[in-house]
Amino acid sequence: MIRVDVAIVGAGPVGLFAVFACGQLGLRCAVLDALPDPGGQLTALYPEKPIYDIPGRPTVRAGELVADLVQQAAAYDPVYWLGQRAMALAEDSDGTFRITGSAGETILARAVIIAAGVGAFGPNRPPLPGIEAYENRAVFYHVAQLERFRGRKLVIAGGGDSAVDWALSLTGVAAEVTVVHRRDDFRAHPASVAQMKADPRIRLLTPYQLAGLVGDGVTLSAIEVERIGGARERLEADCLLALFGLTGDLSSLASWGFDLDRKTIPVEPVTCATSRKGIYAIGDVAAYPGKLKLILTGFAEAANAAREAYARVHPGKALHVEHSTSRGVPGFQALERAG
Amino acid sequence: MKIMVHRPDGSIEAVRGEDGLSVMEALRKAALVEGECEGALACASCHVWIEPEWADRLPPPDGAEEDMLDVAFNLKPTSRLSCQIMLTDQLDGLALRIPASG
Repeated sequence: MIRVDVAIVGAGPVGLFAVFACGQLGLRCAVLDALPDPGGQLTALYPEKPIYDIPGRPTVRAGELVADLVQQAAAYDPVYWLGQRAMALAEDSDGTFRITGSAGETILARAVIIAAGVGAFGPNRPPLPGIEAYENRAVFYHVAQLERFRGRKLVIAGGGDSAVDWALSLTGVAAEVTVVHRRDDFRAHPASVAQMKADPRIRLLTPYQLAGLVGDGVTLSAIEVERIGGARERLEADCLLALFGLTGDLSSLASWGFDLDRKTIPVEPVTCATSRKGIYAIGDVAAYPGKLKLILTGFAEAANAAREAYARVHPGKALHVEHSTSRGVPGFQALERAG
Repeated sequence: MKIMVHRPDGSIEAVRGEDGLSVMEALRKAALVEGECEGALACASCHVWIEPEWADRLPPPDGAEEDMLDVAFNLKPTSRLSCQIMLTDQLDGLALRIPASG
């Protein structure tokens, strides 16, 4: 258990800047994220892409922006809880929030800022009826242990680097490996693709997609595939490795007591207050009329929400307004003095 | 201009499109697709099936759109990400289907 002033849900660019914005007001933060590294979509989806609309940064790689935001936040010594989803929220009688993470730990905070973007990233599950029952038995979304696949008749679905790399690695482990992909091209390292296509132990099925699972709900006996635009076929298989990247999931916030409108949280413009007192939402997840889903919008919302959080953490205490040029930042101040 | 949208339940809706907007923007306004990533090719939540008679009249998908279609489900030969189709007068009457899921 840890006690901070503000709990921030989501370590994307906007959540990271919220640490800084809160820090400038003397508020200490803890940051939770489902991913093992900070950066949210920038890290998970496009770390190498250049971004051109960050004020003052004519061009910056997404991964580089994240590293800089982490450095900027570090001045205020945030507690990072990465690799765990924020699950439950409770409120004590004195107004302290308790957030429980998926690893079972608890953060106590006086205010909560939700910067959850499109939600906690998890596997992009194929919409096959009954798939949940087979998960972690016969259906997997990542490879934790090669041994789980030993001797099995494995179907790998997907066309990216992970599908190609695992096909190559698992041929010596699984009894059979079939790769199902919707087109002949793979978006993977060309040398690996060539190696996969040349490997007689790997059966390639393109252009095909997954269509269904056949089994008793515990054991898989076959996987139905469909030629794109064509007929269904049945593959004898007892294991599926579905590699379709990540997708956001906001479902764990549904019981937190504020309004959720489909995939966004309606907030008051400027204050970023949700319908539950003491909880604010910023960045892509926060919605109000005229909202622009830009990183720079989220940065401004972080500064606004920090000010609201201050009033919640220190009720009745006036906030002395100072720009960073006057207030300074820990670390940088010391350097200036030393110079 | 109009986009003729076949919903999964079989009903047809004429959605108003505007020159210079993407098909996704028109469909999202009518709450027919999500368009989560704002056309940044970071998701496939605006996936549609173009009616075959219209498919060849559109500029073909580029590599980045093809890559993102790789993580969509329930694909057809005329599957497209509607954020990548810009509306012009030539596309008045464009007919498409909303996939049942994915």
